Amino acid sequence: MNSNFSMKLHLPILVFGLAAPFIFPGLQYQIATLWVMVLFALTWDVMGGQMGYNSLGNIFFFGVGMYASAVIQIAQFADVGAFTAARGAVVIEYTDAQYYQGLVLGILASGFVAAATAFALGWTVFGLRGPYFAIGTLGMALAAGELMGTWEWVGGGGGIGMPVFPGSAEAKGLTFYFLTFAAAIVTFVVLQWIYKTRFGLAINAIRDDEEKAEAMGIHTLRYKSVAWAISAFFLGISGALFGNIVGFVEPLEVAFPTVTFGIFMVAMTLLGGKGTLWGPVLGAILFHVIKEATWTYFLGWQWVALGVLIIINVVFFQQGIMGWLMEKYPEKFGIIVEDKGAAK
Amino acid sequence: MWDNIMVLVAAPVFSVQLLLDGLFIGATFALAAYGLALVWGVMNVKNLAQGDFVIAGGYISWWLGTQGIHPLWGLPAAIIIMFAFGWLVYVTIIRRVIDKDLFTSLLATFGLAIVMAQGLNLMFGPEVQTAESDFAIRSMWDNSLTIADIKVLAFVLCGILAVIVVLFMKRSRMGQAIRATAQDPRAARVMGIDTDKVYAFTYSLNAAICGAAGAMISMIWVIQPFYGISHSIRSFVIVTAAGFGNLPGVIMAGLGLGVVENLGGFVFGAEFQQAIVVGLLLAVLVWRQVQQRKLRQVVS
Amino acid sequence: MTNYVIEVEGVSKSYGGVIANKSVSMKVPDGKITGLIGPNGSGKTTLFNSIVGYHPIDEGSIKFKGKEISDLRVPQIARLGLLRTFQQTRIYGNMNCIDNMLISVPHRKMGFADMFGEREGKETMEEVERLLDFVGLYEKRKLRSGDLSFGQQKLLEFAMALMNKPEVLLLDEPTAGINPTLINGLIDRLRRANEEFGITLFVIEHNMRVIMNMAESIYCLAHGEMLAHGSPDEIQNDQRVIDAYLGAH
Repeated sequence: MNSNFSMKLHLPILVFGLAAPFIFPGLQYQIATLWVMVLFALTWDVMGGQMGYNSLGNIFFFGVGMYASAVIQIAQFADVGAFTAARGAVVIEYTDAQYYQGLVLGILASGFVAAATAFALGWTVFGLRGPYFAIGTLGMALAAGELMGTWEWVGGGGGIGMPVFPGSAEAKGLTFYFLTFAAAIVTFVVLQWIYKTRFGLAINAIRDDEEKAEAMGIHTLRYKSVAWAISAFFLGISGALFGNIVGFVEPLEVAFPTVTFGIFMVAMTLLGGKGTLWGPVLGAILFHVIKEATWTYFLGWQWVALGVLIIINVVFFQQGIMGWLMEKYPEKFGIIVEDKGAAK
Repeated sequence: MWDNIMVLVAAPVFSVQLLLDGLFIGATFALAAYGLALVWGVMNVKNLAQGDFVIAGGYISWWLGTQGIHPLWGLPAAIIIMFAFGWLVYVTIIRRVIDKDLFTSLLATFGLAIVMAQGLNLMFGPEVQTAESDFAIRSMWDNSLTIADIKVLAFVLCGILAVIVVLFMKRSRMGQAIRATAQDPRAARVMGIDTDKVYAFTYSLNAAICGAAGAMISMIWVIQPFYGISHSIRSFVIVTAAGFGNLPGVIMAGLGLGVVENLGGFVFGAEFQQAIVVGLLLAVLVWRQVQQRKLRQVVS
Repeated sequence: MTNYVIEVEGVSKSYGGVIANKSVSMKVPDGKITGLIGPNGSGKTTLFNSIVGYHPIDEGSIKFKGKEISDLRVPQIARLGLLRTFQQTRIYGNMNCIDNMLISVPHRKMGFADMFGEREGKETMEEVERLLDFVGLYEKRKLRSGDLSFGQQKLLEFAMALMNKPEVLLLDEPTAGINPTLINGLIDRLRRANEEFGITLFVIEHNMRVIMNMAESIYCLAHGEMLAHGSPDEIQNDQRVIDAYLGAH
């Protein structure tokens, strides 16, 4: 992709991201969620757009990271089982240091635990292709939500109340805002780098013709596992952050919202154009902004409108914005199209 | 969990109860799965809105009940209404995604599932409902075994519907056209079969079958706008386990699924019910992968 | 003493009731061009698939450089240096020709860290350009490979195979669907790959003119069984082969 075009987008987004919480203090939560959405779309695209493995259950790692972080954060100052059983009825004291230590460790752990889970579970789904993979991963996410709801140690169906941020509400808002913004930026930068290496070529080859890739000796299972682990890593971290922002971790609605966030990932990436670096970013921004702006206008019909949007996007506008742009102006993206009628 | 197992061992009649109820509900699962097998086998569309068609059919029955009409009339009503709805869906959505890659059709039907579930929620509210059929409930063996007449009736009706569909596929012209198209769409077109119409009919037939299953489920079990995905998964589990050409397999798998779910729900507890459904999905997929790996193939 | 790089012994394979290969035995000599012919349905592609590990065989043994490979999977066998091209010509359609070539470097020594290695080292790019030039696709190198013509895609697939530095290349009907005027160019390149790069070729062909001119020895399959083996002259004059093609059975 033309680096000038890329540069033109980097700066405005960076500036906006840094300034937004001060310019729109009332929208901090929404803009923080926007960065989470961008991260969602970018990580989904690694599997779906770049590698051709359309997962409907990536949200699984979001939840895993969220729970992992919650457990570690609480473990700094209390017995986890007792804490969750008490459901906030008993006030347990903790120091600021314990909070921050827990937060840092929790966020780090969330990424690694999620990635490890991806490695551990790859075998259950990597023998599946196409729709089977999609449904299998969907099943994983649904199962996780259901099973976490039965595990009393992490709060069962009621979930976990997260430790409260030691500071003012503004401080909390800003802290987590910048953490989510940073997470999205790091995800983008890392993926941008990865796509330039052999890894990018390999996963594209797997997408275009996995059997051919195998026949050429490419370690397809290795690449698939690592791709999923990378997605999982960043998703896990976003889960940890989001769990803290929301303040409580509940299995079905917050940690593993398969039919909402889980599907948004896919919808946003398709809207923006899958298989490109900026497609997911643009799609996430557009999707989230439209959703937030029109939500209240639909008064009860929002979800129906969302479903309709997904259908329309899938049926009529599959290539997404970036795909459409690349078709219309291929030269701007470094794509060379043969002149019609040119000599052989 | 062990306590529950002990109960089953100590009082075997309880197991029989669970088994029977499992079979009754399993018949409806098998019916819905047969519809999915049709759409999958003929059009290669993996319809993720399957369960929502079922629930929609259920609401038709239930709604009739609230209007003073016996919900059993919901069966023919659901068949007709859902057939028409299926046709509408085919023309607006399915027809356009049928040539595209498989993920596109999957995602399109998933979008449809969201629209339907949310739409039903708006129309009927999020409460769990059952359509009252006021049929007799018989007890046997000193009141330890109860059999609801409506369940027996539903079981029989499922069987009759299945037979009707099978006969239709074998004897009618449209049925033959469907089977020809399933084998080779291009050849069918060359022979003058309007494959678009065949696809429309197949999809609508599936919707009607689901509606019928749903009508019965509303009377013998429960419905709720967001239960659709569970039914979709059940259909998938059955079709994946049995293979879509295999009707006896679909029946056995459907009945089996009903029994396993019912027993599992008792042994593990009601809160595990959903987890069991999804767990079976994952188990079936892993099993298929293991099978395929021996042939150095994948599940596709 | 001839060195045999592939040794197939008593290999049988059936699919759903049909016996595709029955007790087939043959040897591919190192460094030479060997042909495999036979009427449609005689089991040629099945034999190829068995050799490259695409499916497990029912019985028999397949050795590559003396090592048993019948229990290995496709990527493992490919990394040993045994490559195949496909009848329907398979390439990575959404990537341009250069990228198709870059990902076709040998993967046999790649570890985990190599996954994130640089795409295009200087030497690698030189090799890519050299090979694309060898097959005559240098000018088209930046085009999306899916947009190439069928013949051009076949050449790309061949170039990708060469990029992988195989020891043995199994070619499944390399001239099928190619414009007759381009066939000579393809044969020439195949010969050069064999003579200059030392790659052993094992070729399935229906075009008799091509295979009789190219191969040093030819195997003929019919009805899943090995029918005859010999030099092109011997095979051309073998009555059994003639009968098999004319369907006198």
